[in-house]
Amino acid sequence: MTELVIIGGGPAGMSAAIAAYENGIRDILILERDERLGGILQQCIHNGFGLHRFGEELTGPEYAWRYEERVRELSIPFKLNTMVLDISEDKVITAANPTDGIFRIQAKAVILAMGCRERSRGALNISGTRPAGVYSAGTAQKLVNMKGFMPGKKVVILGSGDIGLIMARRMSLEGAEVKAVCELMPYSGGLARNIEQCLNDFNIPLLLSHTVVKIHGKKRVEGVTIAKVDDKGKPIEETRQFIECDTLLLSVGLIPENELTKSAGIDINKITNGASVTQSRETSIPGVFACGNVLHVHDLVDYVSEEAEIAGKNAALYINGELKNEVDIPIDTDGKVRYTVPQRITEKKDTKVFFRVANVYENAEIKVYSGDEVIFKTRKPKVAPGEMQCITLKEQQLENAEKLSIGLEVL
Amino acid sequence: MMYDVAIIGGGVVGGMLARTLSSYKLKICILEKENDVAMGASKANSAIVHAGFDAEPGTLKAKLNVKGSEMMERTAKELGVKYKRNGSLVVGFSDEDKKRIEELHDRGVKNGVRELSILDSEELHTLEPNISPDAICALNAPTGAIICPYELTIAAIGNAMDNGADLKVNFEVSEINKIGAEFEIISSNGDRINAEYVVNAAGINADDVAAMAGETDIKIHPRRGEYILLDKTSGGVVSHTIFRTPSTMGKGILVTPTVDGNLLLGPTAEDVEDKNDTSTTADGLSNVLTRCTETTNGINLRDTITSFCGLRAVGNTGDFIINSPQEHFINAAGIESPGLSASPAIAEYIIEMLNNQGLELVKNENYNPIRKPAHYFREASVAEKNRIIAEDRTYGRIICRCEGVSEGEIREAIRTNPPARDLDGVKRRTRAQMGRCQGGFCMPYITGILAEELGVPYESITKNGGSSKLMTGKTKEEQGI
Ligand SMILES: Cc1cc2nc3c(=O)[nH]c(=O)nc-3n(C[C@H](O)[C@H](O)[C@H](O)COP(=O)(O)OP(=O)(O)OC[C@H]3O[C@@H](n4cnc5c(N)ncnc54)[C@H](O)[C@@H]3O)c2cc1C
Ligand SMILES: Cc1cc2nc3c(=O)[nH]c(=O)nc-3n(C[C@H](O)[C@H](O)[C@H](O)COP(=O)(O)OP(=O)(O)OC[C@H]3O[C@@H](n4cnc5c(N)ncnc54)[C@H](O)[C@@H]3O)c2cc1C
Repeated sequence: MTELVIIGGGPAGMSAAIAAYENGIRDILILERDERLGGILQQCIHNGFGLHRFGEELTGPEYAWRYEERVRELSIPFKLNTMVLDISEDKVITAANPTDGIFRIQAKAVILAMGCRERSRGALNISGTRPAGVYSAGTAQKLVNMKGFMPGKKVVILGSGDIGLIMARRMSLEGAEVKAVCELMPYSGGLARNIEQCLNDFNIPLLLSHTVVKIHGKKRVEGVTIAKVDDKGKPIEETRQFIECDTLLLSVGLIPENELTKSAGIDINKITNGASVTQSRETSIPGVFACGNVLHVHDLVDYVSEEAEIAGKNAALYINGELKNEVDIPIDTDGKVRYTVPQRITEKKDTKVFFRVANVYENAEIKVYSGDEVIFKTRKPKVAPGEMQCITLKEQQLENAEKLSIGLEVL
Repeated sequence: MMYDVAIIGGGVVGGMLARTLSSYKLKICILEKENDVAMGASKANSAIVHAGFDAEPGTLKAKLNVKGSEMMERTAKELGVKYKRNGSLVVGFSDEDKKRIEELHDRGVKNGVRELSILDSEELHTLEPNISPDAICALNAPTGAIICPYELTIAAIGNAMDNGADLKVNFEVSEINKIGAEFEIISSNGDRINAEYVVNAAGINADDVAAMAGETDIKIHPRRGEYILLDKTSGGVVSHTIFRTPSTMGKGILVTPTVDGNLLLGPTAEDVEDKNDTSTTADGLSNVLTRCTETTNGINLRDTITSFCGLRAVGNTGDFIINSPQEHFINAAGIESPGLSASPAIAEYIIEMLNNQGLELVKNENYNPIRKPAHYFREASVAEKNRIIAEDRTYGRIICRCEGVSEGEIREAIRTNPPARDLDGVKRRTRAQMGRCQGGFCMPYITGILAEELGVPYESITKNGGSSKLMTGKTKEEQGI
């Protein structure tokens, strides 16, 4: 029996482990399938991490190292090269690695911190050939930053997610020609600062409401056909245009890595594709918590660490039999607000609610209702799907709440 | 090099033939133009072992389909290839369909297909609750099965090689000369081999190869078939293979589970010009979807993991063209569906022709029909897996997270006949990169393992041979700039 098993040794897993330790838990084990701790941050060698947490701009590996150092300082045990294969409903974890083979651990509490993966070409059903030279942006990032190889010279990027934007700059710096970034939506899903620093500074055109309709080239990509899309996202025939290139990078969304979560029978939220959780980041199985990108996709790692600390601390409370679930107040959304994390409130105390909106809205008012009564409101000059929002509900605002809903109105 | 038999084409037809021939004392060589075997129709098809009710009675298609399908279970078992007798259903929606289904039933009985029956709506929906409520009847063919076609091809060729056959990849036959009693076969790179007997199993290109030997009556045109493959989470939508009532353009669009537990939708049927054009089209894919959702409920497009296209080698006779226009040279052309199902029987049929023309068949007493399943490790018990990991640690290191494939299995695929030499080769042998992330995570690792095993630089590894290079060079830092 291990008191706390943490699956994934990225920023979420490490922060959660440290928080659990600081709340008195000693019997902790982090399982990480990679050869190192650090998760996806290892390959994010650009800076822009930690502005909120540390008040300075760190690179991904630097940010990760701050946590890894602490994990090492506290001698929190971790196993690398260890892939978790299964979690059962009663918290038996099956994992494999080269030294222990396939082994099982009974955990008292589990924290899921498996991060996310990129959506692949297949999921988009782009027609055409299937040549070499089509990569997800993260794979290209790994090739360039970790392996030292260039995936191509003339590049078109589909999707304006942050990884795509960062790779547009990275490939340009490496001497590749980035011909265009096509984005299906009329707005970018990436952070505003990345559009400025990664595209505008390099004169790379961002083609909004455009998509790749066909891939050409038998063995290696020889070009793509792009087209403008109408307001239903359907390509407009007359606007088809061929762009010669040898590489297509896809930055078309991240999907929380929840195969283990699903096989354990944990309830999944249809919108986030992550577990549905309470304020303490507890999933539908008591004692199983989730945090970081496996719960919902984050744009800033600072929020990942914050969320992981909540999970770590509450896992400690759970292990000690002190976790309180006094009430059960669901938070509904109106569609303009797509989702919230947490999805339920189980204790009436000051609570940060993170959420994303469905579209770009200017001059928006966010309102939280308890029944018909508005218990909280705030104005935002501009909100966009690419930027996660956060509000704090105070204990006294929750006093009479039984059911909450959150909505957005454009003023 | 002088061979008794040269087989042109490393598809399922060439592969099954090579394997059966390797049970005799013969020197055999398979010539394949691509960097790997199973690169033609044998890798992109519906993967159905047809029961045999579809083909016109009396044709080679009918005869070899029924026989091949009976041989398939044992063949798959010996070769360690996944095979499942899941049964086929041909679903009817109208009185007209019903008539057609009765005809198919009678035709199947004539062809010698066993256990056929016709189900009414209730029986059908009890068997397959996700079939559209509008369906009124179905032909039930319990002997229909599913198999992994590229695994079968790879295993057949691997088994032939284990029993002494040679494989030459990147050998595109471009010239065939008869010199005395021998054929001289020359590749487009100028490599050459000699053989006493030649079998042309070049799939879509079989007419071109036949023409190299002077036979110009065979004409083959490509007919495109596009597919969509869904994640394993959708694999349980149906358990049988669901056909619509057939039309003149083939067996129509089907919905079927695969042996690996995915759901396969397709194929379309569209005549095209270019024999190399396996691109998918927006219209084709949307057509697949519409047609599938007409027959079956519960298909969730969000579960799509890939789409692909195969080219049917449609011959000019309507039947398989297996003939011998000149002594010692045999064509296996126009092997469209049910060619996969028929392949073990096609092999025996051709061997009989070769024998009639004088090829001596002496049993190879060292012949071993058994091949270790490529998925042996995957399916082993935990205790057995741990025994293997203790012996070779690389089996404990998972490289492909979606399909759970270990480094050891990938290395094994590069060391086993026929060896994987590129990313797609590893994929077809191990399933690594075949899951929901489609290699996004493991591709850089597999590339490294290939480079190490083959003793070549990282950047020279390809997706599937030729100019399908993955990398265009090193970064500035690596170049020292
Ligand atoms: C390219 C890119 C650029 C970004 N840029 C910025 C930026 O500029 N600023 C910023 O603040 N944030 C940025 N982010 C966001 C931030 O990096 C992520 O939100 C953060 O890394 C998520 O942390 P995580 O621990 O949840 O996931 P990850 O970092 O993905 O870690 C998950 C870990 O779990 C392991 N794992 C998964 N499954 C298993 C299993 N079955 N068994 C064992 N281990 C498993 C994985 O190997 C991995 O190490 C960026 C993200 C990306 C991808
Ligand atoms: C869309 C579709 C669906 C199908 N569904 C089914 C099904 O469900 N059940 C079924 O039983 N059958 C099915 N079939 C039919 C089946 O796939 C084929 O009959 C079978 O794969 C043919 O195998 P083959 O070896 O003749 O051809 P191929 O697999 O095409 O092999 C021919 C090989 O020859 C090589 N070659 C070509 N030219 C040369 C040259 N000049 N020199 C050297 N090598 C050369 C090619 O690279 C290729 O590897 C389907 C076919 C298609 C296209």
